[in-house]
Amino acid sequence: MNRIRLLGQWLDDRLALGRLYEHTIGHRIPASSASWWYVFGSATLVCLIIQLVTGVCLALVYVPSPDDAYASLEYLDYEQPFGWYLRGLHYWGSNFMVALVTIHMVQIFLFGAYKYPRELTWMVGCALFLATIGMAFTGQTMRFDQDAYWGVEIIVSILGRLPGVGEYATHLLQGGPIVGAETLSRFFALHVFVIPGALIGLLVIHIRLILVLGISEYPVAGKHVEPGAYCDDYEGVVEKTGIRLMPEGGGKDLVFGALVLLAIVLCAALIGPKIPNGPADPTLIHTVPRPDFYFLSLFAAFALMPPYLESVVIVYVMPLAIVLLFAVPFISRGRERHPSRRPGAVIAVIVVLLSLFTLAWEGVKSPWSPQMDAWSGVAVQPRFVRGRSPLEHAGATVLQAKQCRNCHALDGAGGKRGPDLAGVATRLTEDQLVRQVLQGGGNMPAYGKHLAPHEVTALVAFLGTLHPENQPPARSAASSSSPPTGFREPR
Amino acid sequence: MEPHDHEPLPPAVPPVTRRDFLFKLGLAMNVLAAALVGIPVVGYVASALVKDRGRKAWIPLGGLDDFPLGETRLASYRNPFTTPWDGVTADVPCWVRRKAAGDFQVFAINCAHLGCPVRWFPQSSLFMCPCHGGVYYEDGSRASGPPPRGLFEYEFRVRGNHLEVRGGQTPNLSEPV
Repeated sequence: MNRIRLLGQWLDDRLALGRLYEHTIGHRIPASSASWWYVFGSATLVCLIIQLVTGVCLALVYVPSPDDAYASLEYLDYEQPFGWYLRGLHYWGSNFMVALVTIHMVQIFLFGAYKYPRELTWMVGCALFLATIGMAFTGQTMRFDQDAYWGVEIIVSILGRLPGVGEYATHLLQGGPIVGAETLSRFFALHVFVIPGALIGLLVIHIRLILVLGISEYPVAGKHVEPGAYCDDYEGVVEKTGIRLMPEGGGKDLVFGALVLLAIVLCAALIGPKIPNGPADPTLIHTVPRPDFYFLSLFAAFALMPPYLESVVIVYVMPLAIVLLFAVPFISRGRERHPSRRPGAVIAVIVVLLSLFTLAWEGVKSPWSPQMDAWSGVAVQPRFVRGRSPLEHAGATVLQAKQCRNCHALDGAGGKRGPDLAGVATRLTEDQLVRQVLQGGGNMPAYGKHLAPHEVTALVAFLGTLHPENQPPARSAASSSSPPTGFREPR
Repeated sequence: MEPHDHEPLPPAVPPVTRRDFLFKLGLAMNVLAAALVGIPVVGYVASALVKDRGRKAWIPLGGLDDFPLGETRLASYRNPFTTPWDGVTADVPCWVRRKAAGDFQVFAINCAHLGCPVRWFPQSSLFMCPCHGGVYYEDGSRASGPPPRGLFEYEFRVRGNHLEVRGGQTPNLSEPV
């Protein structure tokens, strides 16, 4: 026992561990900062450590070449002992890390912790957030499957829209004129060297700033941040009522960090990693590429915004949004920190989060995408064809065979791109239906060249029957009172 | 006695000591060395910008008989500028439409919106994109959805009984083939 103490003393003598402790995890923080609201930063750090450990392990097996990447992933999943489990930890660790770094950022924003004197801490934090997102995207590409391949194609196409420099940006990212071996190698280098290096460097600065400026005290409504007086006040508070981060102040961090760790372990063990969805072979075109969840809102935004806005958003709005994020401490200069006195900040958070979640949910459903197999896989429900005439039956066949169902649902079954056709006869007259089919418009292609006259007649006759029993089909006010041919009176 | 009479005048130019000289020399040498390391590094990374300038080639897509008159068929070619470890990513698919005996249209697979692979539906003569719902007519022109233009078209030529395309680069809006 005595020897161990002697060894400890000797190490402390050489390494000054006591002083290191005093200035780092033993430094004094305001007692109010030991709050359950303050645990998200350290929990993000827990995720980072998991990512580093599992990432290094995965790199022992993974081969970053298009020829072998998929095979090495399958080897990891099915042959390497614990390979699937480490892939699971890495996958869920990344999901949790993106979520926690976002929650951490929202908490800091709501508590006004970015205000004087912690502006730079916020800005470095923003850079850490971007680095985390960069890790998430390049990591999604490491799972070199069809989603990864087409995800890169999408990013390249976005870069290709930059005026003037688009061509250079795409070639620089692809490492050549097409997505291929050099592209994957570049993403690999970014994912395991460049971004982690930057991330660790930024993290050192972030922690240095926290140690120098102190962790912000819990906000109190009506208590103002006065530049100049603040630092003396803060030091007074820490002096009088401060506690050491470890062991007094950090218990909640330890508990929450362990819970996060357990949650990741549980997800990895029970749900497992995301299985690659087919080799990244561009000739396998029967694929429906979707990004991992952190990019679903962006994916949805590009489907939903008007086409003329897209290039404006790529060139101006997205960079501007990033600049605004960094500039938050210089835009929001009010002295209040407590969220109850900053309704604007609360509303901003609600609006941004609601938008992101709504877009992500739309991204999951992606109603704007044609349902590619609806024409052959989703039949017209029997009740729409029961008791119809041969002509109307022929029309229903045209509706299927010409892929109308890829975009048009019948009572919810089928594509969601265009309007549901279940009640279309109540909205459009026969003439309007013919015009819509032949000329298209309102985001519908024109079928005039690809439907024979008899097909149009049959199709419109069938569409004319699509109205509720108790609701008559639409009629032109200008036409005679007799119902249009092909349209059936409600029975 | 005036005190300043006895103070030595400060020299107009501070003397350059050996330490100063060595420090400045050391800085200059390091700048030079850093440039010698840095310039090739930048050139190495940026070589992607220059090494494929004009790297396009005529590539055979298949015999003319593979493409029936009036139909649109999926074809693929092996990218001519590959590394041995490119694997399947060097197989580039494209849609070939034979309009007349010697008249073709060869469309890139990539949607003009954000590059996803478009699918051909011969029954309705439409190309549809699975990502954001872009739709094109059989001649490649935009029918609906977010694409800002029609499908990208490769140059083609008929050599003997073979169809050839000029490929080697993924098209996007800043480099539409």
